[in-house]
Amino acid sequence: MARSDMISGNVWEQYSKKVQERMNNPVAMGEFTQEDASKANARLIVADFGAESCGDAVRLFWLVDETTDTIIDSKFKSFGCGTAIASSDAMAELCIGKTVDEAIKITNTEVEAFLRDDDGTPAVPPQKMHCSVMAYDVILEAASQYKGVDRDTLVNQDIVCECARVTHQEIINAIREHDIKEVEQIIDITKAGAFCKSCIRPGGHEPKDIYLVDILADVRSQMDQEALEAAANTTTSGEMSFDKMTIVQRIHAVDAVIAEYIRPMLVMDGGDMEIVDIKENLPYYDIYIRYLGACGSCASGSTGTLYAIESTLKSKVDENIRVLPI
Amino acid sequence: MEVYLDNNSTTPMDPKIQEIYCESTKIFGNANVIYKQGIECRAALNGAYDKIYDSLNASDDDDIIFTSSTTEGNNAVIKTFLDAYLRDKENGKNHIISTVAEHASIKSPLAYCKSFGMEVTYLGTDENGLISLEELKEAITDKTALVTVLYASNETGAIQPIKEIARMCQAAGIPVHTDAAQAIGKIKVDLQDLGVNYFTWSAHKFHGPKGIGGLYVKAKSPYVTHIHGSKNVMGGKRAGSVYNNGAIAMGEAIEMANSDMSIGYIANHTKKLRDKLEAAILELEDTKSYVPKDHRLNNIVVASFRGIEGEAMLWDMNEAGIYISTGSSCSSEDLEASAVVEALGEKVEIANATVMFALSKFTTEAEIDYVIQELKRIVPRIREISMTYAKQEAFSAFIEDHH
Repeated sequence: MARSDMISGNVWEQYSKKVQERMNNPVAMGEFTQEDASKANARLIVADFGAESCGDAVRLFWLVDETTDTIIDSKFKSFGCGTAIASSDAMAELCIGKTVDEAIKITNTEVEAFLRDDDGTPAVPPQKMHCSVMAYDVILEAASQYKGVDRDTLVNQDIVCECARVTHQEIINAIREHDIKEVEQIIDITKAGAFCKSCIRPGGHEPKDIYLVDILADVRSQMDQEALEAAANTTTSGEMSFDKMTIVQRIHAVDAVIAEYIRPMLVMDGGDMEIVDIKENLPYYDIYIRYLGACGSCASGSTGTLYAIESTLKSKVDENIRVLPI
Repeated sequence: MEVYLDNNSTTPMDPKIQEIYCESTKIFGNANVIYKQGIECRAALNGAYDKIYDSLNASDDDDIIFTSSTTEGNNAVIKTFLDAYLRDKENGKNHIISTVAEHASIKSPLAYCKSFGMEVTYLGTDENGLISLEELKEAITDKTALVTVLYASNETGAIQPIKEIARMCQAAGIPVHTDAAQAIGKIKVDLQDLGVNYFTWSAHKFHGPKGIGGLYVKAKSPYVTHIHGSKNVMGGKRAGSVYNNGAIAMGEAIEMANSDMSIGYIANHTKKLRDKLEAAILELEDTKSYVPKDHRLNNIVVASFRGIEGEAMLWDMNEAGIYISTGSSCSSEDLEASAVVEALGEKVEIANATVMFALSKFTTEAEIDYVIQELKRIVPRIREISMTYAKQEAFSAFIEDHH
């Protein structure tokens, strides 16, 4: 919270002049008929796209020259708010003169940039970026009709935030690179979720297949798993220090030294030992052991043998180890 | 021409009230001081209270507490019952009954109560915007602490049967609150006849100043102070220096707004203008208005224009100097459509196409004629852009859903 939050915002005050001008006088508004297409010796494409939760819908009309795949003219109709009209208008205009393949590359962010009065100021407030996404979707719809293919084959299915066009992989990379722990950091760093906010968590403006909170949880759990595996790997190569180990790793480390250096010595005298517990008593690590077999009744168990065990563990594992027989 | 038709949100001050409001800034004393300025102030505030108690027909045994707004009053009522619950979670009453049609100033404190473990039942409304008394009766349990129902909706204008609700709940021993922000000035208010325990309002809804409102607490009804301070102010029930000129102006505004003359003017003249506007809207193709007139506020038309999204409509109306409101998600900061219009049984898409025209006593016939003239120009213009009015036959499934 801050001073800027004290008075409610007004979306209209954040529309660029270009947006306002197109709301009042859209230049590419209208429709084409089959007759228009025949006259122009072109193929008519009519595509619809609606974002139900928003109550917005757009219809795109293309006249396409089939010899060159070029969109020779383009118009739209839209049920929607002012920014939906302005975005659709800009989108339809941007299509003119492009090939269908070039048109597919017109993204919502390009439409928004086209509507800016100056490069540094967004054309619409963040929550209204959503309207321009519809402009992108209807192009895909039109292109898939023209090409006779499923629209899913035309798009990068990896997009999580449609407003800012951020992919799943980009979000994963950001989480790993910046060691992100809070979803707000994803928004700050990638801009995903900064606009209509639908993709942050369930319950937003429109339902999504995947949310930032889920991606974060998945990647964090993967990272934790990897950290554990890395820990396990470094232990076998003996590079990890005792204090960084998990309790299980510590038992294994101590056991390994006992098995290699101590047990053979005890077994020769008909005895053995086992680890009962390892307690952190910083700066010391107290290792509780129990003697087995002949060692149980051997007087050296509390003197010479004990000294030998402790000094072996001190030198092989950690110098702060203390061994306590019980 | 400029026409302000968002009078359910707020109203311009009546010039006579404005004069009193400005003049009474001279009364700067605190009512609780013993010297001359205190005596002057006490006399002026007593005059305001005379007008408020008389006009609303409150008993002298009842409390009318000056607040900052309806929102403050609503919070004070609901948190009185939250307080009781928190003091005895085991045996205390943990249940509040309300409706889906409430304003945020009810829904938000109720959500706060829920966060402490209280239970809230939100009664639905039918396609006419009304709650069912039968459903209310069924919702009441021996754990019900409070029933809070808005008097009339700011978004649909639907008037709830508050008197019947009060009778029913009091028979069950449950106190009743009504958020009456839309009532004063549009519905004749008689508090003793109405029978509710709590009644809250804001002066700016009936041509009074902003920043002052009232909370009526019927004698012997539970009440817990939340703004603590001097016990000399509002009987210790709401501390803080009294907004003298606000209260004095509110007294005048209530007397004016709740007078038979003013209520009669709204019920006749303003209603006629409203009806004229509504008839003209319905004459346009593919339009619809909501809530039957017999239980709708006389000053409001709620309408949808097929093929036209609410914010697009507001934009063109604003360009024409006509100021209205919409339930559309596109016009709000959080992109949420009006839940109240959805409650009328309409889909979200229709809520997005709904606009409200709210008249006041200052609305003139010339203004309404201008609005009608502009609607006849604007509606076809936006429909020209609209794809639901496109000539193409092949409507998508989404568009079919609209009809």
